[in-house]
Amino acid sequence: MKEITKMTALALGQMIKKKEIKVFEAVLAQLEAIKQREPSYHCYITVLEEEALQMAKKVQEQIDAGLLEDSPLAGVPVAIKDNICTKGIKTTCASKMLADYVPSYDATVIERLKAGGAIIIGKSNMDEFSMGSTTETSYYGATKNPWDKERVPGGSSGGSAAAVAAGEAFFALASDTGGSIRQPAAYCGVIGLKPTYGTVSRYGLIAYASSLDQIGTMGKSVSDCASSLELISGYDPKDSTSIKESHFQYRDALVEGLKGMKIGVPKGIWKAGLDPENAHAIQEAIGLFRNMGAHIEEFEMESMEYAGPSYNIIACAEASSNLSRYDGVKYGFRSMEYEDLEDLYIKTRSEAFGEEVKRRIMLGTLVLSSDYYESYYKKALKVRSLINRSFQKAFEKCDILLTPTTPTTAPKLGTSLSDPLKMYHTDTYNVAINLAGLPALSIPCGLDSKGLPMGLQLIGKHFGEKDIIRAAYNFEQSGSLVSNGNEF
Amino acid sequence: MEITEEIIHKVAELSKLRLTDKEKDKLLESFHGFLNYVQTMNDLDTKDVEPMTHVLPLKNVFREDRVCQETDRESVLKNAPEKKDRYFAVPKTVE
Repeated sequence: MKEITKMTALALGQMIKKKEIKVFEAVLAQLEAIKQREPSYHCYITVLEEEALQMAKKVQEQIDAGLLEDSPLAGVPVAIKDNICTKGIKTTCASKMLADYVPSYDATVIERLKAGGAIIIGKSNMDEFSMGSTTETSYYGATKNPWDKERVPGGSSGGSAAAVAAGEAFFALASDTGGSIRQPAAYCGVIGLKPTYGTVSRYGLIAYASSLDQIGTMGKSVSDCASSLELISGYDPKDSTSIKESHFQYRDALVEGLKGMKIGVPKGIWKAGLDPENAHAIQEAIGLFRNMGAHIEEFEMESMEYAGPSYNIIACAEASSNLSRYDGVKYGFRSMEYEDLEDLYIKTRSEAFGEEVKRRIMLGTLVLSSDYYESYYKKALKVRSLINRSFQKAFEKCDILLTPTTPTTAPKLGTSLSDPLKMYHTDTYNVAINLAGLPALSIPCGLDSKGLPMGLQLIGKHFGEKDIIRAAYNFEQSGSLVSNGNEF
Repeated sequence: MEITEEIIHKVAELSKLRLTDKEKDKLLESFHGFLNYVQTMNDLDTKDVEPMTHVLPLKNVFREDRVCQETDRESVLKNAPEKKDRYFAVPKTVE
């Protein structure tokens, strides 16, 4: 059984196609692993035993009938972050507010996964409404890092990352607003890929900050991430920011050779509180890319140090607006006692939102209020312009950019929430990318002296997914650490 | 601008949140820290810079106005905390 859950998603998909393993056997093995490991790691809010077995039967029939031929992930169990709507299956956003919410529709990405024959095995844990960097703000309790149970898995998609790392899912879907895919991927030693804004439909993704949110994938290999992203990408009339592009054949980028690729390294990365061990790993990675024939150029990038302030203002502002829909009327929690409609709104929201969510709603409301709008919100939007410009200038000189994913490895549980500003710092290399809507991925680049995985971030131009996938694939082939370095 | 208890009170009202004294104290401190942190942006000259709300050039999306049924009333009402007949139920709003 253990052997099955050690495989990559594509390897399992291939065995299923060759009839070497039945879909229900794979699903049973996955459920068994979840049963054994959940008490230790708590990756899931909901595990779908019955539904997954039913789906397995259906997919097996399709495969036996010769369907799903060109769907490499048919029959493969996948974890879904619990902010992505699944028809008939509880979708909580890790909040008391949505504890009993059962969507009446599937998100577009879920429709596409189902059409491709993937088996949804569970809804993974996260920070409440994606607000956090540790998965500790979840109403359902923290997820533990499979590399060290005393440490956080990162966040906000900590459940998805930990599930992949612990062999509790073959791959996962997650969302990334300011590093929520890449940062936990780095902490958990897996690969996390956030595509260009507009690549994947956000229809059915419960909104945090709409101009920054983007769905992406997490997996044990670059190929798994590329294949699963291919499955969920593409234009969707239900998302007005979805892009009419059709170059989503990401697997085409899984080719050997990096000769002539120009990789830029922003000089600022060395001073952003980067741990010496992480810095060393990044230096080694740069050397490896150089040996593979890539040209490395270090240069200054203007305005990047202002990405954090700009991001936090914009994210909170959009969140305060998005979360105003939770009023206890149409769905979600409603307070037991109230005097009138106004009181119903206030009590419902005050009782059901957690501390960090309230804080961000408050901050967002503040920066959008008339006295602060010009000097904070509008200023942040202008800084966003400058950051975008800075990236455009950088991409005149290079094909992709290379940075660390995080300044340090995973912190201990219970040490981050007391100081929000310190927690924001863990996303310091990530947030600028969301402001500019660029694609980026995190790939493991070694273990530190505590035995914890470190992450390398590769950033592409708009719709430059293939460049970063190709670079990551070659890095992986050269023998970088992949997720199976731990006992799973 | 100095953050006062009064401002916290006003923002909570706008946010439709009722805070405990402890929550208020914590937020007051947190707002101070946050505003100090984001104020670093003022070092940057943005006089002639256009604010950017979206990264990609977005155009208004038009579509044919066709009747279709995305979902049914029953499954939508299933999630209502309180319903009456075929409607969402709320406390009386007009005297």
